Amino acid sequence: MAAPNKQINPAMVFNTTPEVQQKKKYCRFKKNGIKYIDYKDGNFLLKFVNEQGKILPRRLTGTSLKYQRKIALAVKRARHLAILPYVADQLK
Amino acid sequence: MATKKNTNEEVVLNDYESVIIFTPVLSDEQLKDALAKYRNMIIENGGEMVHEENWGLTKLAYPINKKTTGFYHIYEYKANNSFVSKFELAFRRDERIMRFLSTSLDKHAVIYNQRKRNGEFNQSKKDKQQEGK
Repeated sequence: MAAPNKQINPAMVFNTTPEVQQKKKYCRFKKNGIKYIDYKDGNFLLKFVNEQGKILPRRLTGTSLKYQRKIALAVKRARHLAILPYVADQLK
Repeated sequence: MATKKNTNEEVVLNDYESVIIFTPVLSDEQLKDALAKYRNMIIENGGEMVHEENWGLTKLAYPINKKTTGFYHIYEYKANNSFVSKFELAFRRDERIMRFLSTSLDKHAVIYNQRKRNGEFNQSKKDKQQEGK
């Protein structure tokens, strides 16, 4: 897989679909200046988890690597404390 | 992260946070006793209480020991680094406790907790949570 933040080759874009320009993803923590991710805040962590309770990859959420690591830690802590489920069926 | 340093005794207090889940079968008095016990333990071992938070009876995301609810309690305190292992040993020996997690807090976490206490953010989110409960 190519890195998500890799520079897009303009020629490649032209070859596929030039009309459909995807909105640039950004890291919400960097943008909003959030430095700490609270593992006790279950509602917030739900944003980084899919319906089955799995952690969403960086390529979907746009989170930077630094904060993805922190999210993963926070989600795992929340699971231990039964704030988030380990396995779920229809979380959302 | 050192927050306090005496040059003579070399007492270093770090920031920690412990979340404890008590069994839902406890009565109010039993719970109070247990909370007081751990509060005293922190202070007796030369620690400092920073903040306490009680979530009350909360629904668990999955059953623990065949219970679907539990009393959540959060201690935020300053203590020596050798204290946490003692504290956790006491948790393990206590049958009233179903689950616990102790974490050391970095500088961002300390600031975050302070701001949260002052109600600077998460206002709307908190209200939603309370409505949900």
